[in-house]
Amino acid sequence: MHMADALISPGVGAGFWALSLGGIAYSSKKLKENIDDRMIPLMGVMGAFVFAAQMINFTIPATGSSGHLGGGLILSVLLGPYAGFIVMASILTVQALFFADGGLLALGCNIWNLGFYTSFIAYPLIFKPLTRDGRNITIASILAAVVGLQLGAFSVVLQTYFSGISELPFNTFVMLMQPIHLAIGIVEGIVTAAVLNFVRSVKPELINVSLNSTSAGFKKIIVTFAILTIFTGALLSWFASSHPDGLEWSIEKVYGKAELPEKEEGIAAILKNIQEKISFLPDYSFKKAPEEEKTVESETAYPNIDAGTSISGILGSVIVLAVIFGTGFIIKTLRKRSV
Amino acid sequence: MSHHIVKFENIIYQYPDGTEALKGISFLITHGESVGIVGANGSGKTTLLMHLNGYLLPTRGIINIGDVILTKRTRTEIRKKVGLVFQNPDDQLFMPTVYEDVAFGPVNLGLDDVNVEERVKRALDLVGCYNLKNKPPHHLSGGQKRAVAIATVIAMNPDLLAMDEPSSNLDPKSRRYLINILKEFEHTKIIASHDLDLILEVCKRCIVLNDGKIVADGDTEKILKDKKLLEDNNLELPLSLQKIL
Amino acid sequence: MKFDKEFFHIGYLDRISQKDTFIHRIDARVKVIVSLLFVITVVSFPKYEISRMMPFFLFPVLFLSLGDIPVRFVLVRLLIVSPFILFIAIFNPLLERNIAFYFFSIPVSYGFLSLLSIFLRFVLTVSILILLIATTSFSGVCYALRAFRLPNVFINQLLFLYRYIFVLTEEAMRMVRAKELRSFNGRGQEIKFYVRLVGNLLLRTIERAERIYYAMLSRGYNGIMPYRKISLLGYKDYLFMFFSVLLLYIFRFYDPTEWIKMLF
Repeated sequence: MHMADALISPGVGAGFWALSLGGIAYSSKKLKENIDDRMIPLMGVMGAFVFAAQMINFTIPATGSSGHLGGGLILSVLLGPYAGFIVMASILTVQALFFADGGLLALGCNIWNLGFYTSFIAYPLIFKPLTRDGRNITIASILAAVVGLQLGAFSVVLQTYFSGISELPFNTFVMLMQPIHLAIGIVEGIVTAAVLNFVRSVKPELINVSLNSTSAGFKKIIVTFAILTIFTGALLSWFASSHPDGLEWSIEKVYGKAELPEKEEGIAAILKNIQEKISFLPDYSFKKAPEEEKTVESETAYPNIDAGTSISGILGSVIVLAVIFGTGFIIKTLRKRSV
Repeated sequence: MSHHIVKFENIIYQYPDGTEALKGISFLITHGESVGIVGANGSGKTTLLMHLNGYLLPTRGIINIGDVILTKRTRTEIRKKVGLVFQNPDDQLFMPTVYEDVAFGPVNLGLDDVNVEERVKRALDLVGCYNLKNKPPHHLSGGQKRAVAIATVIAMNPDLLAMDEPSSNLDPKSRRYLINILKEFEHTKIIASHDLDLILEVCKRCIVLNDGKIVADGDTEKILKDKKLLEDNNLELPLSLQKIL
Repeated sequence: MKFDKEFFHIGYLDRISQKDTFIHRIDARVKVIVSLLFVITVVSFPKYEISRMMPFFLFPVLFLSLGDIPVRFVLVRLLIVSPFILFIAIFNPLLERNIAFYFFSIPVSYGFLSLLSIFLRFVLTVSILILLIATTSFSGVCYALRAFRLPNVFINQLLFLYRYIFVLTEEAMRMVRAKELRSFNGRGQEIKFYVRLVGNLLLRTIERAERIYYAMLSRGYNGIMPYRKISLLGYKDYLFMFFSVLLLYIFRFYDPTEWIKMLF
C-alpha cells in the first residue's frame, strides 16, 4: 500500500525523502563503481517489464480476488540489490507522477517502504542465503517477500501515525495492514518463485548468475531470524501489555462504540515520551479515549472554534473559492475563444 | 586508399552449440556498390550482417573492412566505418528525443556541439525527418521510426551502410518513401531483405544465400529474373515480376 | 481490462504534456520546485484546518486553465485515486466525536473537520501532481531532477524506463490478448498462464536489452550516456517562481478569509 500526501506531515515526508535519496545516492555510487555496461539498458527495460507486468492480473484461486506481481524481489534477484533498488525507485516515481499513486512528498516514504526493505533486507539476508546453489527458491521467495512486505506495511502505519493527520488508531491500522500484507507477501513470493523457475527452465544461465551466493548462508539466516524474533517479540509484548484481552479487539469496536479501550494508555504514554523528544514533528496528536480528553492535556489543543467564527470562515472560504474558480473559468473560456 | 570496402575470405561461423551458420562465405564489395543479400529464413543473412560491425567474430576466415582486419581489438574502430540498421527500430531508438538519438553516435565519436548539431541536421534532412527532432520516439509512426533509425546511423558518417530487413512492417507509402531515400544514398550499401522488389529497385548487385553458402552473386536483374534459381533456394520471383514472366 | 485503461492513461498524459502553453513553457525545474513547495505547505497545516486551505486552489486552477488541461481528466483521476484515502480518513469522524461547533444547530465534530481537511489535502496535492506532469513532459521532470543533482544512474534509469514502458506494455498487451483469445475462462489455470505469460515477457525483455546494448555499441557506446545541456532560466521562469513562492507564503501565514470578512 502506498503512502499518500493527504495523510503525511512535512516532517515525516522530508525525513523519509532524506533516507530514500540517501539510498539512491549510495546505490548509484555502488553501481558506478562496478557496473557492467550492459546494465543501463537492462535496468531500463527491466523496469518497464515490471511496470507492464503489474498491469496484468491473475485471479487468486479460492478467493476470487485478483493480484499482480509487485516486482521488488524479482528485480533484486535478477539485478542485484543496488540496481534493484534504483529500478524500484524509478518505477515508483513514474507511478507517482502519472497515476498519483502516492504523491510527491510521500514518494520518499514509498521508495523506502517498497524498495529498501526488499532490496537491502529481504534479498541479502533471507533470499540469498537460502538459495545457495539455487535451492529452495520457492521457500526463499515466500519468506523474503513476506518479510519485505511486512516491514513495508508496518512502516506505512508508523508514517501515518507519526504524521498525525489520520485518526486511525495504531492498533487498528496494524491489525488491518499486517495480515493483508502477509497474504499479499505469500502470493508475491509464490508468483516470484514460479516466474524465476520458469525462466530457469528455459534459460538456466540467466538465473544461475543471479543466484550466485558466496558466504556461509546459514549463519546469516539465523542472525536475521534472531533479530526479527526479538523485534516481533518486543512488538507483541508491547501490545500485550496494553491489551490483555488482545484477541477480543475487533473492528466492530471501532465502528460501533464511542468508547475505546483505555488500554490505549500503554502506547500513548510511550509515544508521548518520544514526541517530547522529537519536537520537530508538528501537529502530532494521538488517540485517546473520549473520556480522557477532558482530563488529560493533548499535545495539540483543540482549536477554539465557536459558531460565529466558523460560519464566517465558511463564508469566507466560499468567496475565495468562487473567485479562484471563476478566474479559472474565465481563462478557459478566453482560451477557447482565441483558438 | 584502396577501393574495396568489404572483403570476406572464406568465412565460417559456428554457434556455441556447434551448428554452422556460415559455411565458407567469400565476396568482395567495392566502394559505392549497392548489394542486396537475399535468402530464406535461416540462410545466414542476419548472421552475415552481424559480422559486418564485429558483433560476431568469424570462427575461421578473414574479414577485411576498409583496410582493417576484423579482430576483437579492431571492433571499435570498424564500428565507426560501418553503420548497421537493425530490424526493429525500437531497439535502436533509446533516447528521450529523436535529436538525442541521432546525436548519440556523433557525441560518442567525441565531436563538439557545433559539429554534432551539423551532423544531426544533415542526417535528419537526408531522411526527411528534421521536423521530428524534438519528438520522443514513441510518438513516431513505424515508417518514421525506420527513417530516424537510419539517420542515427548515418550521422556517424560511416563508409558503409548495412541494413537488416529495412522495409518490414512498413505501410506502402512509408515503404515507397524508404525506397526513394535509399536510392538517393551515395553510401556503399548492403541490404539484407525478403522484399525482393525493394532489392530489385535499390541494389545493382545481388548475393543469394542458402544454408550458409553463397549460391549466386551478380547482377540483380539477372538473378531475380531467374525463376529456377530462386525457387531452388527457397525463394520466388519478386512480386512485380510474377505477372510478367 | 484494467490494462488498457492504464496504458492509454499514460499515453494521454504523455501527449498533453507536449502542448505549447504559457505553463508548459515554464522551465521544468521551476515547476517541480513549486509543486513540491506547494505540497509541503499544504500538508503543514494543522489537522483541523479547512478555510485556510482554500486559497491554495489557485495553483491547480491556474495550472489547469493556463495549461489547457481538460477538467474532466483531472476529476476522473481524483475519483480513481480517492478510495484508499477515504477509507482511512473515514475513521476520523468515527473516532473523534468531540463537537467543535454547531452549524445552524447541526453538530460538527472535530473528527468531521479533520476528515474535511484530509479531503482538501487530497484534492490539492493530487491535482497539483497530475498537473505537474500534464504541463511538464516526463523527460523535463527528469532533467530537472538531474539539475538538482540526483545521480546520473538514477536519471538515466528514469529516462530509459519511460522510453520502454510504451514498448513493453504494448508487447504485454499483445501477449495477453493472444492468450485471452485462446482460453475460455479457465478456472484455477489462471496462475499457470500468468506465470508463463510473465515469464515469456521477462525472457523477451532480457533479449531486447541485449539488442539495445548491441545497438548502443554499434554507435560507439562506451559506458557513458550523453545528456542534454541544462538551459538557462528566462525572466518568465524567475517571475513565476517568485510569485509562486510569495503566494505560498502569504496563503500559509495569513488568512485571506480575514480580509474578506473585513470587507463586510
